[in-house]
Amino acid sequence: MDDLAQFKQTFFSECEELLGDLEGHLMALQAGEGDNGTLNAVFRAIHSIKGGAGAFGFERLVAFAHIFETVLDLMRDGRLEPTPDSVLVVLHCADILSDLVKAAQTGTELPAEHESDGRKSLIDMAATVGVNADPHAADEAMAALDAQLAAGGADALMDEPAPAKAPEPAPAAAAKVPLLKYLVKFAPRDALYQRANEPLILIRELRELGSFIARANADAIPPLDQIQPEGAYIKWEFDIETDRGEQAIKDVFEFVLDDCDLEITCLNPPDAAAEPAVAEAEDEPEPVAEAAPKQAAAPAAAAAPKAEATAAPKPAAAKAEAGGGAGGGGGDTKAVRSIRVDLDRVDKLVNMVGELVITHAMIAQQTEHLHADQHPELANGLAELSHHIRDLQESVMAMRAQPVKSVFARLPRLVRELAMLTNKKIRLDMSGENTEIDKTVIEQLGDPLTHMIRNSCDHGIETPEDRTAAGKPPEGVIHVSADQRGGRIVIEITDDGRGINREKVMKKAIEKKLVAPDATLSNEEIDNLIFLPGFSTADTVSNISGRGVGMDVVRQNIQSLGGRVHIQSRPGQGSSFILTLPLTLAVLDGMVLKVGVQSYILPLANIVESLRPEKDQINVVANQSELLRIRGEYVPLVYLHRIFKVPSGINDPTKALVIIVEMEDSSKMGLVVDEIIGQQQVVIKSLEENFDPIRGVGAATILGNGRVSLILDVAGIKHIAEHEGQGRNPPRLTAPAA
Amino acid sequence: MATAAEQAARSTRTVQLVSFTVGNEEYGVDIMAVREIRAWSETTPLPNTPEVVRGVINMRGAIVPIFDLRARFGMPRTEPTKYNVVIIVSVSSRIVGILVDAVSDIITINEDEIRPMPDMEQVSGLGFMEGLITVGDRMVGLIGLERMFSGRMLEAADSTGKPLLTGPSEAAA
Repeated sequence: MDDLAQFKQTFFSECEELLGDLEGHLMALQAGEGDNGTLNAVFRAIHSIKGGAGAFGFERLVAFAHIFETVLDLMRDGRLEPTPDSVLVVLHCADILSDLVKAAQTGTELPAEHESDGRKSLIDMAATVGVNADPHAADEAMAALDAQLAAGGADALMDEPAPAKAPEPAPAAAAKVPLLKYLVKFAPRDALYQRANEPLILIRELRELGSFIARANADAIPPLDQIQPEGAYIKWEFDIETDRGEQAIKDVFEFVLDDCDLEITCLNPPDAAAEPAVAEAEDEPEPVAEAAPKQAAAPAAAAAPKAEATAAPKPAAAKAEAGGGAGGGGGDTKAVRSIRVDLDRVDKLVNMVGELVITHAMIAQQTEHLHADQHPELANGLAELSHHIRDLQESVMAMRAQPVKSVFARLPRLVRELAMLTNKKIRLDMSGENTEIDKTVIEQLGDPLTHMIRNSCDHGIETPEDRTAAGKPPEGVIHVSADQRGGRIVIEITDDGRGINREKVMKKAIEKKLVAPDATLSNEEIDNLIFLPGFSTADTVSNISGRGVGMDVVRQNIQSLGGRVHIQSRPGQGSSFILTLPLTLAVLDGMVLKVGVQSYILPLANIVESLRPEKDQINVVANQSELLRIRGEYVPLVYLHRIFKVPSGINDPTKALVIIVEMEDSSKMGLVVDEIIGQQQVVIKSLEENFDPIRGVGAATILGNGRVSLILDVAGIKHIAEHEGQGRNPPRLTAPAA
Repeated sequence: MATAAEQAARSTRTVQLVSFTVGNEEYGVDIMAVREIRAWSETTPLPNTPEVVRGVINMRGAIVPIFDLRARFGMPRTEPTKYNVVIIVSVSSRIVGILVDAVSDIITINEDEIRPMPDMEQVSGLGFMEGLITVGDRMVGLIGLERMFSGRMLEAADSTGKPLLTGPSEAAA
């Protein structure tokens, strides 16, 4: 049972990849860049999903994938032209398929009519070229066949004469393609079973093609004591009469081609239908480039693997492996070159490297007082070690890194749906999909991205009429890009919509008492008000966005990833959300600070500058708040030792150091500390693992001396300063001059 | 339902405790929960936490919080010396350390020798005590780690009645 669950999990993670690829290929098709290879890839993706779904008994998924596949088959055969309209239908159906996969994964039941419109469009499309894609039409025939097979029991498949003669194909299945008779010789090799393929499933699929007779050849079955449980001993011959063409038969065997000997012979080729069967007749011209491998040549060879199998099963499997790589073509080669590793194992490795970094720092610190010229080898060794550790660290981090493509892949669909809901025309452009970020960041990026895209579609992009009136093209464009800049990843979501209506935002903010009525804010500050909790400017609450719970959650999510987000807007021209994210969650560039007897780490990303202020730069407001005037700006001072109640911190900012830090909302704060020790890369350690979150502290790390040091969370510090005040210490005016 | 044999089996089930002293009192924790015993080393204080929380230490790469048992019992904080001992225990998937004066003994007792806490007003704030044991003429209090550290750590520490998120200065005010 656990095994099955594991296989299912693998299936779903493969589905996710396949659907991601599918989206990419479909986008290419839509942009008119697709060729036959693209269509083939799309077909294969659907077919793989269908195959897996069948194995796990996700009937609904299989049923829909089947129709979908039929239409795609027609497209790659060239019988259906991929017009813009039909590509739209395919896109829509890919969305439905993805819903069905998700439903199967979560075990939820979608409403029965969920796929009905997509289904109808597909069937209609197929009908235009005279193909009935609806399997229901053939259902009755299938049911009869099933009954017959059931009556025959295993014999129907095993023993010699198993004339499971199917009734005449359903009338609906009759089409322009004439009925052709095929003789299919199918001899599985051991590898086929080793890969958990099941001939019965193939046979069932063949049965759907038309009238069908199966003959099993069990001559090669050895005496019981010589049977290898995973050996392939049975061969089959199938007589198939179908209107679906040879390709349909080949498709059934698509996944086992490399693991079996297959020979398909047309007994009445269209041009010579009258002639009797000629067993040696060569394959008819291939309609598509994807041909059956030529290894199907000698039927005699089919018996060979059996003898070989007992003696040397390994080479056989290895050969099949190599064949799978080469024969699959296209993207399949990738599969052989990557392995699936449990994330926990990678994380363990990441942790170990973290320990190594700390231990190295510790040794380096211990040896500092030694003279390098007296211990040249030690000094060299340490330098070398440091170099290797950094390399190792980067390699391990790279293992966790994934292209942002996996999150970006779901955006096109989102935009399509939003465009439909809002009656707008929106095009999505994406770039930098191959930029890599830590897996954890990727996993948590989905929701915030979705929110921002929603916001852009709903609030940013105007209706086609408004756009035309404003002299813009009716179709709005949202551009999503990812890029690595320095040690951070920058993701930008830019729309060419109306931009932020600052007047309205300001009015709303004052109304909601988020801003004092007489406050004067810079344009940028006004724009970033939309990230405040409880802020929403939508005049009517829609189910897309506008409940006032969007953007503050976005900011929280991004912040919890150690990132920042802000918005830039140009009225009438559009807005950009700019997200910066750390490359990894495991290490951080920090500044080591000293306050009293304690040292803390301040993330470098928060620091704007540091200075020792002059006395006349400090202004006191209402006898309690100190403001630092710097280049015409007033920045509130926050004493870290007061916030954290560290004894013996310096109370006089002109004798201490002020570090100007910037919050995510681009507001600033002057953090008063005793001194800066230096910059250091630190390994992030969770405090919550064995304790509870503490306000003002983001995480912990271990310094070179083995001591724990706390990593500051400036937003939390600001919160303490604002809500609990700093006034636990002697009042400002009587404060000693330290 | 319990047969005499079953009862006999139950009464022979033994428990091992690590006992330690806090002031003149003796306490014990289940030996199965104890990961290691180490000498006191300076901790990194956590800001704005109750007095019970001494801070965190680095235990082979893990950040482990240390609780001052003396403060937990409502006494002034321990003034630790190098003779003080930290008992590292694992409790509901977390690793925490408790600072005590000294480890005294390993006690093996039958489960049925554990006496329940007497029902009296003075002990109402001692919900974390699981029972009492008599060893010779000494009384040993059995500490229920799960009870002491269940849920949020800060709340666990807080059950001494000290307000959350306030430092010593305010508590004194």
